[in-house]
Parts: sequence; C-alpha cells; structure tokens
Amino acid sequence: MIDKKTKFRRLVYAAFVLFWMTAPLYLNKYFIDVLNNVALYAVLGLSLNIILGYGGMFHMGHAAFYAIGAYTTAIINIQFGVPVLLIMPLAGMMAGLFALVVARPIIHLRGDYLLIVTIGLVEIVRIALINNVFGITGGANGIFGISSPSIFGYTINGIVHPHHYYYLLTAFLGITIVLFFLLEHSRFGRALRYLCSDEIAAEGSGINTAGYKLAAFVIGAFWAGMTGTLYAAKITFISPESFSFWESVVMFMIVILGGSGSIPGVILGAILIIGLPELFQGLQQYRLFIFGIALVIMMIFRPQGIIPPKPPKYPVNRLDKSEVVL
Amino acid sequence: MEIFFTQLTNGLAVGGIYALIALGYTMVYGVLKLINFAHGDLFTIGTYLGLSLLTSLAITDKLGPVAGVILLAVMVMCLVGIVGILLDRVAYKPLRTSPRLSAVVSALGASIVFSNAIMLVYGPSTKVYPHDILTTRVLDIFGLPVPVMRLVILLTSIVLMIALYGFIQKTKIGTAIRAAAIDQDAARLMGINVDRVIMLVFFIGPALGGAAGLMVGLYYGQIKFTMGWIYGLKAFTAAILGGIGNIPGAMVGGLLLGVIESLGAAYISLAWKDAIAFVVLILILIVRPTGLLGERVAEKI
Amino acid sequence: MSLLSVNAITKTFGGLKAVDDVSFQVPKSSIFGLIGPNGAGKTTVFNLITGNYKVDCGSIRFNSEDITGKITHKIVEKGIARTFQTIRLFGKMSVLENVLAGRHCRIRSGPVSAMLRLPKQRAEERRALGKSMAELEFVGLGHEFANIAGNLSYGNQRLLEIARALASDPRLIVLDEPAGGMNEQETAALVDLIFKIQGRGITVLLIEHDMSLVMKACQHLVVLEYGKKIAEGAPDAIKENPQVIEAYLGSDDDVF
Repeated sequence: MIDKKTKFRRLVYAAFVLFWMTAPLYLNKYFIDVLNNVALYAVLGLSLNIILGYGGMFHMGHAAFYAIGAYTTAIINIQFGVPVLLIMPLAGMMAGLFALVVARPIIHLRGDYLLIVTIGLVEIVRIALINNVFGITGGANGIFGISSPSIFGYTINGIVHPHHYYYLLTAFLGITIVLFFLLEHSRFGRALRYLCSDEIAAEGSGINTAGYKLAAFVIGAFWAGMTGTLYAAKITFISPESFSFWESVVMFMIVILGGSGSIPGVILGAILIIGLPELFQGLQQYRLFIFGIALVIMMIFRPQGIIPPKPPKYPVNRLDKSEVVL
Repeated sequence: MEIFFTQLTNGLAVGGIYALIALGYTMVYGVLKLINFAHGDLFTIGTYLGLSLLTSLAITDKLGPVAGVILLAVMVMCLVGIVGILLDRVAYKPLRTSPRLSAVVSALGASIVFSNAIMLVYGPSTKVYPHDILTTRVLDIFGLPVPVMRLVILLTSIVLMIALYGFIQKTKIGTAIRAAAIDQDAARLMGINVDRVIMLVFFIGPALGGAAGLMVGLYYGQIKFTMGWIYGLKAFTAAILGGIGNIPGAMVGGLLLGVIESLGAAYISLAWKDAIAFVVLILILIVRPTGLLGERVAEKI
Repeated sequence: MSLLSVNAITKTFGGLKAVDDVSFQVPKSSIFGLIGPNGAGKTTVFNLITGNYKVDCGSIRFNSEDITGKITHKIVEKGIARTFQTIRLFGKMSVLENVLAGRHCRIRSGPVSAMLRLPKQRAEERRALGKSMAELEFVGLGHEFANIAGNLSYGNQRLLEIARALASDPRLIVLDEPAGGMNEQETAALVDLIFKIQGRGITVLLIEHDMSLVMKACQHLVVLEYGKKIAEGAPDAIKENPQVIEAYLGSDDDVF
C-alpha cells in the first residue's frame, strides 16, 4: 500500500520530530534560542500560509498583525498586570479585528496591487508605533519590562532559560500544526484553494470568495497576534523596529521558498531562513543576499517551493454504494 | 505664505525625482504588466555609482561643475541602464510565460539582492557626497526664496520627461514600444521585435531612475543602501496615482505626490510624512485603481 | 410558468451596447436555447443572469424572486449554476475536488468545526463526497475522479464543468457552449446528457453554435444580434425566419 517515497518522507518527519523533542538534551542555550526563533517563525509562516499559501493572496504586511499582538500583550501586561498567557487570546482578537477592518476594502485587489498595499499597511503601522500613537506604544523606544509567562506559578523566562521557553513554543507549534492541518483538509481549506486557483470559477461554483478571503485574513492575523504574545513575553522588550517591513519579507520568503500551501514546506522554510544562517556565523551579512538569489532561482526552476503541498486524498473507496446518490 | 511657498517648491523638486523614478515603473508595467520591485534599488545603484565616479574620476574638478555633472549623469544613466537590461535577462526573461506573480516574487528577490550587494560593496553606513559641487544660491522671486537647485532639479526632470514623451510619441521605436504595450502578440505579428522593445524599456527606465539617484545624491548629500526602497515605494505610488502604464500620468502623479507629501509634512505632521504617501497609495487603489489618467477596463469572463 | 424571467435588460461597455433591451421567459423544466452570431451578446446575457456583470437597467427574476444585482455565489445558492465558455476548471486540482467545489454551497461547516473535527462535519463531508461521486458517474466521468482536471480531454473538461454545476443541486443550469471543442460522437452523447439533466427536473438554458445540437435539444429559442433580440420561437419556426437567416448569412458564422 505505502510506496517508497511516502515511507521515506514519514521516516524523515519522524527523525525530525525526534530531533526536535530531544534537542534540549544536547544543544546549548544559544542553539536552543535559535530553535525558539525557528518555532516562532514557523508559526508565523504557518499563519501567513493560510492567506498566502492556501488563499494565494500576496500579503506582505503580516508583521503588522504580529506587531498588534505583541503590543496588545505588552500594554495590557504593563498597565494592568494581567498574566501574558491570559492576554494571548485577546492579542489574537485584536490582530484579527484589525485584519477585519483593514483587509475588507483591499481584498478585491489584484495580486501585485495587494502586495504593495499590504507593504504600505505594515509601514503605516510601524510609523504609528514610532509616533507613539494614543500615547501608549512607547514611541521609537518601545516597551520594556513585559513579564514572562507563568504556568501553575512556574515562571518560564525566555532569556535566562531558553530551554523552558522551548517547551512552551513547541507546544504552541504542535497545536498550530494539528489545527492547521485539519483546517487545510476541510471545506474551508478547499474553498481557499479554489479561489486561489480561479477566483471567477470559485465564485461561479457558489463560493463566497470575498468572505473566505476575509476569513483567511482574520484567522491568519489572529494566529500572528497570538504569536506576538509569545514573542513579547520571550524577549520582554518590544520596539517598532522588530516589526518592520523586513519581518514581513522574511515571513513571505519562508512560505514561498518552503512551499506555499504546504505545512512541512513552511516549517522547512523557517528552518532554512531562520536556523541555517546561525550555523554559518561568518556568512551572517550575506544572508539576505543569498536568500534574494534563492528567491529568483526558485521562481525560475521550482516556483512551487522546496516541499510543495501534497494533493489531498479523499476516502472514495470507503464510500458505500448506497452513499453514492444524486 | 512663505512656509507654503517653500514647501511647494520643495515638493515640486522631490516630485520631479519621484516622477523620474515612476517613469521606470510605468514603462515596464506598460509593456510587461510587471511591477519591477527592484526598480527602487536601481535608483540606489545610480546614487552609489554616481558617488564612486565622482570621487574616483574627479570629473567636476577637471570640467567644472556643470559639464562635469552632465557627463557624470550620462555615465550613470548608461551604467544603470545596462544593469537594468541584465536584471531583465536574469530575473524576468525566464519567467515571461510563468504566472505573473512568479515574476513579482523574482522581482522582490532581485530587489533584496541589489540592496544587499550595495551594502556588501559599500558597507552599511551612510555615505556622503562632496557638498561643494553645486550652488547653494537662493533666488529671490517676488520676495520669496527659491533655492536654485530646486529649480534645476525640477527643470531637469521635466526636460527628461518631455524628451522621453517625445521619443515615445514621435519616433518609430517609440511607436513600437506603444504597440508592444497594447498587445505584444499583435506587435510581434506586425514585425516588431518585442524582445528588443523590452530590452530598450529596461534600459530607459533604469537610466532615468539612475539619473534620479544622482540628483538625490548631489542635492541631499547623504545616501544609504536602503534608500531605494522608500523612494521606490513612493515613486510607485506616484505611478499608480497618475495611472500606471501611462507616461504623462507618471509625471503628474510624481509632482502631485511630492507636493502633497511636503505640504502634509508642514501642515499635518512631520513625523507622519512617510505615512502620507502610503495612505495616498491605499486610498487610490481602493477608490480608483486605474489612477487619475488611467482608463477603466472590464474584466473578460 | 416561467422559472427565469429576463425583463428588458441592458448592458453597456464603454459606449457599446452589448445587450440592448433583451427580454425572455424560460419555462420550468424546458431546454431553452440562446443563439446568435459571434459577438451578439449571448455570453454577456449569461454573465448578467449569473451576476458576473451588473445590469445597467432592467431586471431578472428567478423563481418569482428578484435576483437583479445579486452577487454570483448568492445566485448559485438560489439555484442557478453555470459552466463557462472558456473552460474554467481548477486545473491543478483533482476531478473530484472540482465537483466538490459545486457542492460547497450546500454544506455548512466552517473553520472552527473543521479544526475540531466535529462528527457533524465529518458526516457532512462524507455525504458531499458521495454526492460528488454520483454526479461524476452521472456525466460519465466516475472512473476519472482521481485524475487532475487539467489532464482531461477537452470534451471531458466540459463534462466536468457540468458535473460541478450539477453538484450544487441547481434548478436552472446555464451552459455556455457546452459542445465547444467536442467531436460529433461526444456532441451526440452531450445531447443525451442534456435530456437526462432535464429528466431530473432541472431547467436548461444554453448557448450553442452547433446548430444540429440546438435543433435537436431545444424546445424554445431566442436569437440575438448586436445585443438585440431579433426572433424567438420554436426551432422549426426560427429556421425559417428571414431575419435570422439574414443575421447568420451576413456573418461568417456557421449556417444551419
């Protein structure tokens, strides 16, 4: 039943999970922190993947949603002392709400126009943060002293004990993978893939394309917002520069290079773009240069990314004859 | 009144620069329907090449400021034009038949490559142009001060734009460019060498961008490898504002955006200056995506 | 009793009247043809009915409900499904997934129930799968379900579009040149299929250039020229109509 390729792929995934789960046993603090960043960006990539990968919308302003989540967390935590993990859903909701408001007028825009508008969006958000909008964002200096998350009274400090934070991020990444996998293989995921393939045909088949695009934005933003909480609580300090346009570019590259619409692809993208440069410290300054070249080469030779999505399987042969009815 | 007038001339000078860069976006878009995201970085290459040539050849010392700067401009334009042709050959030509968005991603990759290449060659810190080349004289027009350089920049941009417009409208090659912009296949059937048209477009657009880059370097003095990004976005906004694919549109859009931005900075808020262009961009795309001078076309189903 | 009634609709594109004051009534359970030379505005009429374009004036009623200006997916939900003249399948997706797209508006579960894999959602998916397979078998593509849609032959792609439209359980199916690109044998099979669709109680509205198909299948025809209705009636009467003959002879189009 299972062919060689599937077997090999499963073996690789299993090895990877094994490595990931045991990494704290043999990796030092520095590399665990690198993996923490990989996990953060993997989740960000997966949340962008809903918009860009499944929905095919060229959204390059994802850092704006990430920023709103992080700032919501920082402000509420500092002002009212609410524990960060409790703020997480609220951070997601704020980002989702923001997406709902800003995406509504722009989702009908064609691919390249949408790209440029979302770039504009993330810049406006950054400028607003620098200008200390509403007097609560701390301006260009940002916000200091965000508390670390705590579970059952046990504080998880992301700077002093990256090992502890590693488990928190791993859990969040795991949950994200499972939920997004289920989402991908559902009516919702299909609808996004239809409208990505041919919007007019999708609408003509009875799919509310505008509604689904908006929903993709809201879900993607919600998740990026929650990731913003974990980021803010990890480094305990945030500033507008952490959410520049380049952050959006990095997330965009993770999805496009890894394989848009593919969960394993996006995770590999995060490993390559966030993790790999750490192994070649001397080449750090060439990082973006090399990724730029990689983008061009990939578009020419393998536009679907390194691990393109697998076509979903449907249990047709498990259907009973009596179920096949008009 | 004086503030208004100062901001107006400033806006027109900056707008002239935006317009020159916008022409590159609009020409490439007109023929290939591609947003050349790397165009802003070609502009930066122009600034840096200008600085290198200026300091290494010391042209202005030998020829005097006016002739020196003109020669420098010609050299920079040619070099940046050649980089533009190479960019098309390497990053866009293999993708002519691919989905349009593949080329957009490739353009983005090229942009990252260019800006980082500049950083690797020249270093990440801000560079400074020699500031004794150009006149700092200020004219007095009806009691209002007008720096000569602003006039020079505005006039140079306008001259270059009119020259381009005349070239496109009056010459045979210009007609070929217009034909290719309307329908590449039909143009090809009429015996027009579309590949050569594209090459020419990728020479002229970047050359104008390079000229703008040199002007910015000479006028503002300080340059940085990331500057092309923000100038590029604003010039793109200008192109959209005027109606992308439309050459007079790029001129109008550029000047208009320059003025809006500099008046906005003076009367609304200096801190929000950069956001003004983005707000204009978003509003125009939502309200009238075809721009001020563009025409609306129905999508064929 | 008419299922669809088109009342004096007009659509202008930049000064050109693509559809000019066109009215007709499609009776329930009929097979109704819209014909005319190239550029007569037939597809535009279809796009107006399905909400892809908005009418400038006039109204469209479906099942005695005003659907003028409604958005396309709402119109599909109300029971009008369509195929496209230039085939618009989801080319890189499987044949089965293409049909599932048509079923989409008849199932309900959203993202949250998908993420939680609720039993209701799973049952619903299973029913949609059964229905889609049945539609594929109905058009004769049952064995192709796992194939990639873009790899099908031209004729089979047209059939797949029909299956996708049928999966939404329409009351009216709008076919835009369903025989385009088909050979004689395939066209003959298509006529049978159209009758089978009618046999399910679904009204058929079609545009077609293949006059033998139109004459065989349709009970009622409307003829357009330059956006205007020039004739209407039973096929035999239309065949003899001097204005229609003039319209067709005056163009390079296929003649009867």
